[in-house]
Amino acid sequence: MSLDLPLTRNVRPDRSPTDFAAYEANGGYRGLRAAIGKLTPAECLQVIKDSNLRGRGGAGFPTGMKWSFVPMDDAAAGHKYLICNADEMEPGTFKDRLLLECDPHQLIEGMICAAYTIQADIAYIFIRAEYHRAEKLLREAIAVCYEKGYLGRDILGSGYRLDMQVHSSAGRYICGEETALISSLEGKRANPRAKPPFPQVSGLWGRPTIVNNVETLCNIHHIIERGADWFQALGLTEDAGTKLYGVSGRVKKPGCWELPIGTPIREIIERHAGGMEDGYQLRGFLPGGGSTDFLTPDHLDLAMDYGTIGKAGSRMGTGTMIILDDKTCPVGFVKNLMEFFARESCGFCTPCRDGLPWSAQVLDDIENGRGRPEDMHTLARQVEFIGAIGNTHCALAPGAMEPLQSAMKYFREDFERHISGGACHFCEGGAH
Amino acid sequence: MSELIQALSAQEIAGIDAEIAHVPYRSAVAIEALKIVQAHRGWVSDESLRAIARHLHMSAEELDGVATFYNLIYRRPVGEQVILLCNSISCWIKGCDKIQKRIQEQLGIGLGETTSDKRYTLLPVTCLGACDKAPVLMVGEELHENVDTHSLSRLFDDGGGTSE
Repeated sequence: MSLDLPLTRNVRPDRSPTDFAAYEANGGYRGLRAAIGKLTPAECLQVIKDSNLRGRGGAGFPTGMKWSFVPMDDAAAGHKYLICNADEMEPGTFKDRLLLECDPHQLIEGMICAAYTIQADIAYIFIRAEYHRAEKLLREAIAVCYEKGYLGRDILGSGYRLDMQVHSSAGRYICGEETALISSLEGKRANPRAKPPFPQVSGLWGRPTIVNNVETLCNIHHIIERGADWFQALGLTEDAGTKLYGVSGRVKKPGCWELPIGTPIREIIERHAGGMEDGYQLRGFLPGGGSTDFLTPDHLDLAMDYGTIGKAGSRMGTGTMIILDDKTCPVGFVKNLMEFFARESCGFCTPCRDGLPWSAQVLDDIENGRGRPEDMHTLARQVEFIGAIGNTHCALAPGAMEPLQSAMKYFREDFERHISGGACHFCEGGAH
Repeated sequence: MSELIQALSAQEIAGIDAEIAHVPYRSAVAIEALKIVQAHRGWVSDESLRAIARHLHMSAEELDGVATFYNLIYRRPVGEQVILLCNSISCWIKGCDKIQKRIQEQLGIGLGETTSDKRYTLLPVTCLGACDKAPVLMVGEELHENVDTHSLSRLFDDGGGTSE
């Protein structure tokens, strides 16, 4: 059976980058030619809405709906911005790196089509500083596109003008939050902003701005070229398209694969990732990065899509799973995540700035045998308060509570055994 | 005054001015400017910070607020090469603590420390997006995957002194 996998068709086994000539020879820039000068921006928007594409950065918001809030009338004269969020830093997430390093032109074509749809005149790729290879490839690919007339003034003789730039960041996880990213692009501390106003209306330098994830943008020209029905049919369930899924942890073949959205979790872990390493059993997993709730082996037959994983009490997030095996301590696992989120808090909102280090301290106490029975109550109260949406400007702190609250549900006996035994029962031969 | 401006080289100023051409106001290139100076000097000293701030028409305090926010802007001297050790979840599962311990043994430095010969500085970093190859670390701009104690020995074979 040969699957239609549009996003990775130019990804080679050795992960060498696809250059402009190879990209165009394999059908590249056809979507751009189908859109610019042929379809109106409103027609492009309708195709994306009809396709049911949802954001691949973690939140899963419908892309067409997000774009529909950008003012399009004459009153919106002036700059509008499209920003690609290539600040991949969610713990356990390694999918955008693949798209950036293997097929930079795919992202650029998707971005040109997206920018045309919202009539943006300037596009930025906000990339994390550590992705040196991807940054270099993108800069080269953008230069080629200017030469070929796919960027700059009067693209394909349509009168549409778009400029594109790469911004290499300087670290910090919070820059991946879209309003923090905008603050950072303005040269400021990356503090998230309260919404409203939403970036679609008042974003970068107060102008209408759309921020989309790399994988989301890589889909756009495929959808415009091949249609909403084609995209819908790629999915196995109610969600549309394909998804980059990944598995890391103690499995035989950790990796990242493009598969139809809605592929069962069991198939991803057992077939594509080769199942557990010898001598290790599956105890649980975070389905989509470090800020999603644990699921357990009971959930293996669920379809990996937004709705199904949501109903199971977690989120599909970035679609890259992190495996908890039976020789790794769940308390230590959550403590590692909590220390990450505490370190990466921007420090603006009190529940996040002060609450996360407190949670990390309680978990450190429990892990190191200093836990007290009342600590479980303290953690539950923290989950309740810090995890509530609305107590903070952004979702960092509520996200940090997701693995904790679900670990306390599924692995409660491990927490209690640490406290009653005054020691970690995994420390011999575990991950430590 | 002129002494402060001289704290930036002509090359640095040219680099910063090229960035300013793309943005609506000068302070918008604060991060680029810090990175340009750091690329030339390895870190951002107080003198450099004040000179950049003057060039961007902002206060040194405001610029320091930006500089200290970002973990890859160094406000203290670092070694010739910075080792960025990923200690996020997938690397933790695969034993990054052991890697950190081995680096401590081999180079004599813990997180935030620099070898006495000024060759290496060790820093933690957010998930490096290579979790299928965990544990990973970067030395300078180079990513090293599936790191173990053997590959670490080769990586720093000739090098490292002891910490001060």
